[in-house]
Amino acid sequence: MALPRITSPHATGRNRTQQVMQLVLLATLPGVLVLTWLYGFGTLINLCWAIAVALGCEAAVLRLRQRPIGFFLRDYSAVLTAVLLALALPPYSPWWLTLTATGFAIVFGKQLFGGLGQNPFNPAMLGYVVALISFPVEMTSWPAPRGFEAANPTLGLLDGLQRILGLTDNLPDAWTQATALDALKVNKSLTIAELWESNPSFGSVGGYGSEAVNLAFLAGGLFLLYKRVFTWHAPAGMLAALALMSLLFWNGAGSDSNGSPLFHLLTGATMLGAFFIVTDPVSGATSVLGRLLFGAGVGVLAYVIRAWGGYPDGVAFAVLLMNLAAPTIDYYTRPRTYGHRKPERGFKLGE
Amino acid sequence: MSQSYREIAINGLWKNNPGLVQLLGLCPLLGTSNSTVNALGLALATMLVLVCSNAAVSLIRGVTQTAVRLPAFVMIIAALTTCIELLMQAFTYELYQILGIFIPLITTNCVILGRADGFAAKNGIARSAFDGLMMGIGFGLVLVVLGAARELLGTGVLFANMQLLFGPLAENWQLSLLGSDYKGFLLAILPPGAFLVLGLMIAGKNIVDQRAEARAKARQPAPEPVPSRRVRVTGVVE
Repeated sequence: MALPRITSPHATGRNRTQQVMQLVLLATLPGVLVLTWLYGFGTLINLCWAIAVALGCEAAVLRLRQRPIGFFLRDYSAVLTAVLLALALPPYSPWWLTLTATGFAIVFGKQLFGGLGQNPFNPAMLGYVVALISFPVEMTSWPAPRGFEAANPTLGLLDGLQRILGLTDNLPDAWTQATALDALKVNKSLTIAELWESNPSFGSVGGYGSEAVNLAFLAGGLFLLYKRVFTWHAPAGMLAALALMSLLFWNGAGSDSNGSPLFHLLTGATMLGAFFIVTDPVSGATSVLGRLLFGAGVGVLAYVIRAWGGYPDGVAFAVLLMNLAAPTIDYYTRPRTYGHRKPERGFKLGE
Repeated sequence: MSQSYREIAINGLWKNNPGLVQLLGLCPLLGTSNSTVNALGLALATMLVLVCSNAAVSLIRGVTQTAVRLPAFVMIIAALTTCIELLMQAFTYELYQILGIFIPLITTNCVILGRADGFAAKNGIARSAFDGLMMGIGFGLVLVVLGAARELLGTGVLFANMQLLFGPLAENWQLSLLGSDYKGFLLAILPPGAFLVLGLMIAGKNIVDQRAEARAKARQPAPEPVPSRRVRVTGVVE
């Protein structure tokens, strides 16, 4: 009888990275659908273009680094980075914006550090932040969601394509509008009730578009949690910290309000960040306690930037800052190996 | 064993370039390279201080005690920097205001103290001054290329505001190379852009060096195959 003469582990299966990445890609589907329904084809065009750029950049750098191109392209990590980045960019952002952000994410954020598994920062968030601080105007012009455009329905496929390629300029002024986070940041005189009344598109909690998108990402995230792609620690840490911070600093519904906890949980990039960004196994902390702390740090920092910082949303900056702290967190939260005692600290008498 | 002038020049400009190889004086290099005119202004000031300080240090090298040499060098450099500062106040006041703290900081530029202690304290005055000039040009070239690259990427134009340095003659030296539609890649002007562009420049220099080395190796005839030797179990087999 021929016995296999290989040592353990005897785990079988194809490229596991590939399967994980595919699952995560699948989980972004509700978010993609909701975004497309709300804002038209812009998201889909952005997605395709970002994926093409990411694969192209990845292949080019792999070739320069003399690594097997096909093997690394097939692990879907570049595709996932592109998808997460494209979901964070405003729909109908110009083609060069997506190109710059995605190229930066793949080349500078990932490959220059040594490729998958070596990047200290989350590539998607790095690309997003590069675009945000370089092109603030384009990065903050979100179109009005479906049903709230001023006399101009959501752009069709061809119009959207022309808009992204920069071929048309004849758009109505009210085509883009401030998001709820934007409005809350610049608001000086209106109470929350008045602010929401004057902007019907802010929906009931976090902005008509934002709520739906966040709920869709929450659904995708719960699916991933059910599939055990990641553990609950990092997302729970982030959402709990964000909720706690917004509860602590919730100063009512006056004109200087920082927004209610529910608003902060359901607006901006909260759910995308909590379930798709903070759970990145490469750039986040790895130990169980470390993941909780990492998530909590992201939540606290995101709230601090939202409430008192210069940008309306702070999830991307918070993630990058906590990525910097992740090695330190891991160092101080190393789990004790079974059978080992806690190290004794300090001096003992008689030594 | 003193270096020839040729070697000094090659060292300063390329092989031992202060900006790309020694990585000295990074603070002013990264801090003032957001436009060509700023970079050129600081490059000229640094070069002038470097030449004069190298010459002065070389002059007093025989009479300086080893123990007090560093304070003495720093005094010389500080005095020269003050001269430059006053000159800039007199002739290019606007540029002086833009460069701000980085002019007095020339005193603490590691390139200058490093060349004073590493070269001028051991060599004659002519050689030292020439080394200062070459190191200054090498540093200045990196600074100007970095400044031009960041200015071009960040704003789409090159040589803006050159009149700050060259007077009204240079009012319209500005070149808009990337067209008026170019939005400006703001990151290049911000501090991260300095690190990124400098990193790319260092990588580029390393690539050029590697290519040159490979070419030199290819040109040499293959070494004779080494005849077999007895194996020794201790020591190094040559």
